[in-house]
Amino acid sequence: MNMSVAVTEKPIISIASGKGGTGKTTFAVNLASTLSENVQYVDLDVEAPNGHLFLNPYVDKETEAKVPIPVINDKKCTLCGKCQEACQFNALLILENSSMHFPELCHGCGACLLACPVGAIDEDYRPIGKIQEGNSGKIKFLSGILNEGEVKSPPLIAQVKNKISSDLTTILDCSPGSSCPAIEAIEGSNYVVMVTEPTPFGLHDLRLAVEMVRVLKIPFGVVINKAGLGDGKVYQYCKEENIPILLEIPFQKNIAAECSRGNLIVEKIPGMKKRFLECYNKIMRQFRWGR
Amino acid sequence: MKQLAIVSGKGGTGKTTVSAALSLLSFNKVIVDCDVDASNLHLILNPEIQMWTDFYSGKKAKINPNVCIKCGKCLEECRFNAISDSYEIKKVKCTGCGACKIVCPEDAISLQSNKAGKWYMSNTLWGTMLHAELGIAEDNSGKLVSCIRQKAESVAQKEGNDLIIIDGPPGIGCPVIASITGVDLVLIVTEPTQSGLHDALRVHKVAQGFNIPSSLCINKFDLNPEMSEIIQKECKYKEIEYVGEIPFKNEVVDALVSGGKEFLDKLPAEVVNALNNIWKRVEVKLSYN
Repeated sequence: MNMSVAVTEKPIISIASGKGGTGKTTFAVNLASTLSENVQYVDLDVEAPNGHLFLNPYVDKETEAKVPIPVINDKKCTLCGKCQEACQFNALLILENSSMHFPELCHGCGACLLACPVGAIDEDYRPIGKIQEGNSGKIKFLSGILNEGEVKSPPLIAQVKNKISSDLTTILDCSPGSSCPAIEAIEGSNYVVMVTEPTPFGLHDLRLAVEMVRVLKIPFGVVINKAGLGDGKVYQYCKEENIPILLEIPFQKNIAAECSRGNLIVEKIPGMKKRFLECYNKIMRQFRWGR
Repeated sequence: MKQLAIVSGKGGTGKTTVSAALSLLSFNKVIVDCDVDASNLHLILNPEIQMWTDFYSGKKAKINPNVCIKCGKCLEECRFNAISDSYEIKKVKCTGCGACKIVCPEDAISLQSNKAGKWYMSNTLWGTMLHAELGIAEDNSGKLVSCIRQKAESVAQKEGNDLIIIDGPPGIGCPVIASITGVDLVLIVTEPTQSGLHDALRVHKVAQGFNIPSSLCINKFDLNPEMSEIIQKECKYKEIEYVGEIPFKNEVVDALVSGGKEFLDKLPAEVVNALNNIWKRVEVKLSYN
């Protein structure tokens, strides 16, 4: 990233949360809709991608996401066992007169190729999911969809991120948690919005997410969804930790009902668009300060 | 001994609330919190920790700067962008594959075992509980899940428990698959939203792939009754056993805030009845399988 052109650069904003179901997608799609143009919505919650249910995009391109796997050439293989020894994931098994590969354990690292003394290993590719590209009005839409039964989401997340256009404001709808899929999604973004809810679960997992974002050294703020439920401890926590609260979305049955139908609350709830716009301005101020 | 895994696909549908309630309503069981990435069940069950152990999993490369000649071979071969230009390993990115070690001409790289988290064995008023904490920014959550499930199985065998209740993680990836392999029944907790249904069907498809029967309940069903009906129809069509619905009540959140012994007492009667009915149906289904 060339920092000298940073002033005109469009921000990459990650929407994350420790706990699932706090409203990441609700916030992400409504923010995208508020900005309405020069913006791209990217669904990186590839295990449970839901942005399309709200944005109803027209998908004009679908590609397969693939990961490399080794293919052993039996004619060249001497069954020496060096590849099995090199593989840290137990994905290769060399038997008395044949070899076996377990793709679900393979990380596609290529160590076996490097270890093979006779050049008997080639690489092929195996699909793990799909990448969809399209648009919803003037919003560019990108989404990763992990195949059911597939174990590893980070390679798919990385491949979706490769398709991001740098000339648009980017909203990354990330996976919950604080382990590898969340990190893979958030890494490289300029700002993280953490969506939480004022419950003990929400606060517990927010703390973990804050620790994670601090490891990555990215500025962040909090959106409190379902405000009015639970207790006030999350406000106290944000105050103590000096974390800005960017927006509160109240807990109201009409808001929950619109979300459940796949509707955008900035379109259906009066005054909501203005609040999202104010929230975006807060994010942008902090984004500029962070430089 | 039977095993029940509670999953959802979409997060925040109420897996942990249902898991806690079933833990309180059932008898003679071991409880496992397999959402090692964002565990919450302990906030309700208030476990008293009996023992804990560091969890080591996988490896991370380490470059000895005194031996490294900065030739760039490791940088070239690493497919995970885990080595910085100043020849330091980025721990978050390193998968411990060892490709760098193979190509290093100076033998400057070693693989070191990695502390990925902690697991705990605890007592609760309702039975033994196994839970864990994955370190921040760690991978291998699936292995930690398998580790605590193994411990739970040995506890259940030793103590003669008939049931293991597993509170699963959201999603459909590695820790979810580790949470459901080998269980007798999956209970999908969903909510009456488009997203809830979409992700419930994805996790059902994963369970199907492992030949595990699915049952499903709808939490907060009255927030959108039309959607709840659509989900019930979908269950029939997909051969998922529908086991009931839970009404939305603000008091459920208050009960969660209290936790411990008061949790069940503070739940509104309608919610407790609904959970009781779900548990009865799940119990029948478990005894058939």
